[in-house]
This record gives sequence, structure tokens and C-alpha cells, in this order.
Amino acid sequence: MVPLSWYMALSIVVFSIGVFGFLSRRNIIIVLMSIELMLNAVNINLIAMSHYLQDLRGQILAFFVIAVAAAEAAIGLAIIIAFFRNKATAHVDDVKEMRG
Amino acid sequence: MAGETVMIQQAFFAYFAFAITVLSLVVITRRNPIHSVAWMLLLFFHIASLYLFLNAEFLAAVQVIVYAGGILVLFLFAVLLVNIREEMKIGKYIGAGAAGFTFAVALLVVVLMSLRSFVAAPPGAYTIDLIQQETHTIAIGKVLYTEFLYPFEITSLILLVAIVGAIVLAKRRLKG
Repeated sequence: MVPLSWYMALSIVVFSIGVFGFLSRRNIIIVLMSIELMLNAVNINLIAMSHYLQDLRGQILAFFVIAVAAAEAAIGLAIIIAFFRNKATAHVDDVKEMRG
Repeated sequence: MAGETVMIQQAFFAYFAFAITVLSLVVITRRNPIHSVAWMLLLFFHIASLYLFLNAEFLAAVQVIVYAGGILVLFLFAVLLVNIREEMKIGKYIGAGAAGFTFAVALLVVVLMSLRSFVAAPPGAYTIDLIQQETHTIAIGKVLYTEFLYPFEITSLILLVAIVGAIVLAKRRLKG
């Protein structure tokens, strides 16, 4: 049997990669993909916990996370389309209207 | 014999952990967003296989259908907006990229160190034998539609808001 802590370590590694992409990439589409990566890392953790603690609630929670991720992707990409229509760019550092 | 099974399981896990880590790094570091989406498809299939490995076959199917079939198509649609030629010339990372890297590594180290003090809760009622006897989808459905009925209804509301919001945000302004 694979120990639970291995799954948790894998989840942490994938989550950190997602955090890195979210904070560092210039292209706004890849920033959104990093968010999906982080949500997937959380799902790995939840499902591993559900299996090892013999409780189905973890899988239900992962199910809800997937539903919210779908909603988030739809809204996020709609925002990108509106953003692209107004600024004709897909780079996060081109948005500086709030800078004093 | 038992030792051999454990070793095969660990070898499978090692492969999936390695592949998932490398694929997530590849997804994050590609210059061309279309390549990122293609690698992400492979990543989602690997994650779904990991779910199968954890006896969560319903979630594995949902992962493939929703992520690989739905969300990635949406991403591919948005990628078509990007000017690839300009993307090839400009730098991949923003000015604060090094700070982001430092933060991510610090987070990784801190959480990995805190993993040692993790204490598992006492195991629940759903043993593997019980789920096998009841079949997985029926077992998960029973919990979802009794204990989690109210959150389930709220999820439908969230999806409705997402549909309406996506249309309102993305549609062209009408003249006049």
C-alpha cells in the first residue's frame, strides 16, 4: 500500500507549481491554467484522503471543486475575451490603469 | 507475494507522481499557449488514472469528461485570441517572476515540513468492501443526495450564475 503522505507530498508539489505559474507568467491564459492546476492538486489530496480515511465525503468535496472549477473557467475566459476586446492584449502587465 | 504487490503499487505511484510533476512543470513553462493546452490534456488523463488507482472511478470519469472535454476546449477557444507571433518575441515571465518563484518554493518547503506532524482522523464507515458491495456510483450518490443535498442545489445555482455571467461578459455591446 502506498502511504498517504506520498499523495499529500505530490499534491503539495503540484500546488506549488501552480502558485509559481500564477505569480510569474505574463500570459493571462496560462495564469488561468495555473489556477486549474492548483484546483487539481487539491482534488488529488481530497480523493487520497477519502480513500485512506474510508469516508466518501472527500470525493463529494472534490466533485464540488470540479463544478466550481468549471464555473470559474467559464467566467475567467469570458473576462479574458472582454479584456482582449478592450485592450487588444493578453498580458497581465499591460493592465496598469490603477497605477498612480 | 504481498511484498511484490506493494512494490508494483509503489512503482505505479512513482510513475504517476513523476509524470504529473513533470507535466505540470511543462504546462507552466511553455511559451506557446497551444502547447500548454495540449500538455495539460495529457496531465488531466494522468490525474484521472491516479483517481482510478485510488478507487474513485466516478471521479475519474468526471475528471476526463469535465476537464478534458469541457474546460480544455474553452481554453483552446480563448487561446485563439492570442497573437502567437508577438507571444514568441516577448518574455515569458513578468518582472516580479523571481519573487513568485521564491514564494512558491518557500510554500513548498513549509508545507512539506508541516506534513510530518499530520495526524489522520479515525477511519469512517465506507470500507473498500462496502463500496465494492454497493458499487461506487450508488454509494457516492447516496451520500450526495442525502447529506449533501443542500450544497448540491447551491452548485446548480453557481453554474446558472456562471452561464449568465459568461454570456453577459463576453457578448458584444448592442448599438444604441
